[in-house]
Amino acid sequence: MSLTLKLNGVEHSVDAEPGTPLLWVIRDELKMTGTKFGCGVASCGSCTVHVDGAPVRSCQTYIEDLEGAEVTTIEAIGETDIGAAVQQAWKELDVVQCGYCQSGQIMSAVGLLSENPKPSVEDIHDYMNGNACRCATYQRIRAGIQRASEIMEG
Amino acid sequence: MTVSTSRRGFLKAAAATGALLVVGLNAKGAFAAADGTTQINPFVKISEDGRVVAVIKHFEKGQGPATGLSTLIAEEIGVGMEQIDYEFAPSNPELYANLAFGQFQGTGGSTAMANSFLQYRSAGAAARELLKAAAAEAWGAEASALDIVDGVIIGNDQSAPLGEFVARAAALEAPAEPQLKSPDQWRLIGNPDVRRLDSEIKGNGQAMFAMDVHLPNQMIAMLARPPQSGGLVASFDDTEAQTVKGFIRAATLPNNAAVAVYAENTWAAIQAREALTVEWDLSQAETRSSAQIKEEIMAALEADAEFNVLKNDPAPMDKADKVIEQTFYFPLLAHAPMEPLNCTIEANEDGGITLHDGAQFPTGPHMALSQIFELPMEKVRIKTMLAGGSFGRRATPTADYQVEAALAFVITDRSRPVKLVWSREDDMRGGYYRPAFGHKVRVGLSDDGNIVAWDHRIAGQSIMKGTAFEGFSVRDGVDHSSVEGVSDTPYDIPGFHVGLTDTKKATSTLWWRSVGHTHTAYAMEVMMDMAARAVGRDAVEFRLAHLGDSKDQQRKAAVLKLAAEKANWGNPTAGRTQGVAVHKSFGSFVAEVIEISGGGAEDVQIEKVTCAVDCGIAVNPDVIKAQIEGGVGYGLGAAMRDEITLTGGVVDQFNFPDYEPLRIGDIGAIETHIMPSAEPPTGIGEPGTPPSAPALANAIAGAGQIVAVLPMVNDGISFA
Repeated sequence: MSLTLKLNGVEHSVDAEPGTPLLWVIRDELKMTGTKFGCGVASCGSCTVHVDGAPVRSCQTYIEDLEGAEVTTIEAIGETDIGAAVQQAWKELDVVQCGYCQSGQIMSAVGLLSENPKPSVEDIHDYMNGNACRCATYQRIRAGIQRASEIMEG
Repeated sequence: MTVSTSRRGFLKAAAATGALLVVGLNAKGAFAAADGTTQINPFVKISEDGRVVAVIKHFEKGQGPATGLSTLIAEEIGVGMEQIDYEFAPSNPELYANLAFGQFQGTGGSTAMANSFLQYRSAGAAARELLKAAAAEAWGAEASALDIVDGVIIGNDQSAPLGEFVARAAALEAPAEPQLKSPDQWRLIGNPDVRRLDSEIKGNGQAMFAMDVHLPNQMIAMLARPPQSGGLVASFDDTEAQTVKGFIRAATLPNNAAVAVYAENTWAAIQAREALTVEWDLSQAETRSSAQIKEEIMAALEADAEFNVLKNDPAPMDKADKVIEQTFYFPLLAHAPMEPLNCTIEANEDGGITLHDGAQFPTGPHMALSQIFELPMEKVRIKTMLAGGSFGRRATPTADYQVEAALAFVITDRSRPVKLVWSREDDMRGGYYRPAFGHKVRVGLSDDGNIVAWDHRIAGQSIMKGTAFEGFSVRDGVDHSSVEGVSDTPYDIPGFHVGLTDTKKATSTLWWRSVGHTHTAYAMEVMMDMAARAVGRDAVEFRLAHLGDSKDQQRKAAVLKLAAEKANWGNPTAGRTQGVAVHKSFGSFVAEVIEISGGGAEDVQIEKVTCAVDCGIAVNPDVIKAQIEGGVGYGLGAAMRDEITLTGGVVDQFNFPDYEPLRIGDIGAIETHIMPSAEPPTGIGEPGTPPSAPALANAIAGAGQIVAVLPMVNDGISFA
């Protein structure tokens, strides 16, 4: 099937079979590789993107459900105030190690701060529970979200 | 087609080419490239605009060598971190050997900084001396009167950016023994404000991992592998797969180990592989279950040891007033790095090939691919990409996944690059596990509360035996990686007997972050706590009493004291219990105090981890802290609830839902304190892991229960 996918503000004409996960359209068709494949079963969060502003796992989001939706990936999240704050905090604190999960961590963190600009530690743990990091950078992810919250306050 | 897939002896082949370690300062003069960039020596490139590029011989899986080795170069030249970039070295075991490994390029054993510290500083210092000599020549000045500060050459009442002298410097002879800066001149080494060079690209999607390679016209290959180790392809039927849009073909690999499914994209490859039907020849396949593996190991602990690794006293246990005994079991573990294994191979116009890979041991796949493609080494090129974690998995003695990719490529017409992609399930079920081990320890104690005898039996599956790395680790039949952390403990232990029995492998085994220390530190440190408790002594005081005056013992004692002090040892927060462990691995000393709530009948919550580390000179203190934080999390996550099990030789786990990774709420704050040191840098990627699980076990024991079977959930522990 052919459909139009609006990704990072740009409309792309995509030819993909129904049932194709958004993840593989983004990575293999559009060649935007910031969104990562980690597990394929929505249990690691590496593939997190935003659909209409809310985080979803792109490995379990199907292309036929996205007609008219606005998809945002890590490549464009820095254009939002919250995205820029999170990226700045991540840099200040050197949150990353291998970095492979961090696109997903940042997309989820932006989702959290969009809903809840001053999350408690418990809020962070609840919201970020689905984003795995095998390097175990969790301490800095927690601190990064708190720092981003401060940056957002100005 | 005859394809050689034997990897045995490739290290011997490497050794036969002779030669010593080549330290990068012999690249005489160097060359001025057309783009205005000059390669000063194998480790430093500088362009006329003053940008310095550090050429990194180690791969970056997050542990920080890209930043660390760049720091050394920047320090010695005299540029700021904002003036230096890095790139990964090509595969070249002569120029880029790991000096701890012989003539072999690779990253492992937490050696990246230790083996590079002098080499990269020397390379930077040579570049500095060349640039100063060039400026001196241009200015008619003495080089010794010049200095380089923030990329500017100053002195002789003049100053100019160093880029102006790059071309002239390239024509000069490099100094044989460049003068290194002294520690009091360091501005970057040891500076806690130095940031990672790869932070920004890993936060905005620009970082390029091997999984992100998209070569024009590439095919994706996924392999259907046998359900059990040792199975072979009998036949396959791809009728269903042919209905998948994007499916290209399926073919059996030349070694019959798998069926390769080729497709236009990853999703098509995933679907087509699912649609494939394979008949397996399982006549030689592994059929044992993990329960049998465990039985065999536990039985071996009760029989005479195969090897007497240490035997100091014929009957020391007789002298003890009190004897305590405990057996331990450690399961198979998967590494499960976030980036599933993958690599890409393309044909080059000159008849050679290029491998794009997060290559941990470039020399391994380099030699393997040279054999498979029957190409000289110089026609096989490796482009090292960022790696999304490894924890040891990307470094196999067999170059396993690179060989798979090579076999999948060699049977094509080679007109299209082949990208081999593993799924998470492939990774979880694909072998190369941390082997299962058992320990049985008897400790004899005197009435005055000291150790008088220690009988330590270890049984398990050797990592090194039967691999090309056997020569590194096996002496007189003993694989040192099975006993490291016990037989070489810094503790003063009289009457110390260590026995080892190798048990048969049911799957391929591999080093897993901190190798043998993953189990030996646990047995040692839980036993030390049990011994202290048995004689009514404090766990910290008891350990200190068994650490004498040697340098190693004093360093171990010092981190233990520092961690205890910072954790307020003996005075936990109300309602919490503390546990401690300290261990030496990879030349470094790490002590950890873990404070838990719960225990006993309640769910355990890890509230706080306080760490002290002595890894010699701390080049990048913040990276060191990050590695301790990560090492603690990696160790604890596995110890709490992870294991790989086999039923009839088939792996029971599939994906993260049944090999649950550590999650953000599992651990509270981790605080790391770095011991000031003038000793040469030692390991940091691994040493944070070994003390973590025993410190947790000792905290749980403080709340009433000895945890002797891992993962802890198998020994009745539940976590909040």
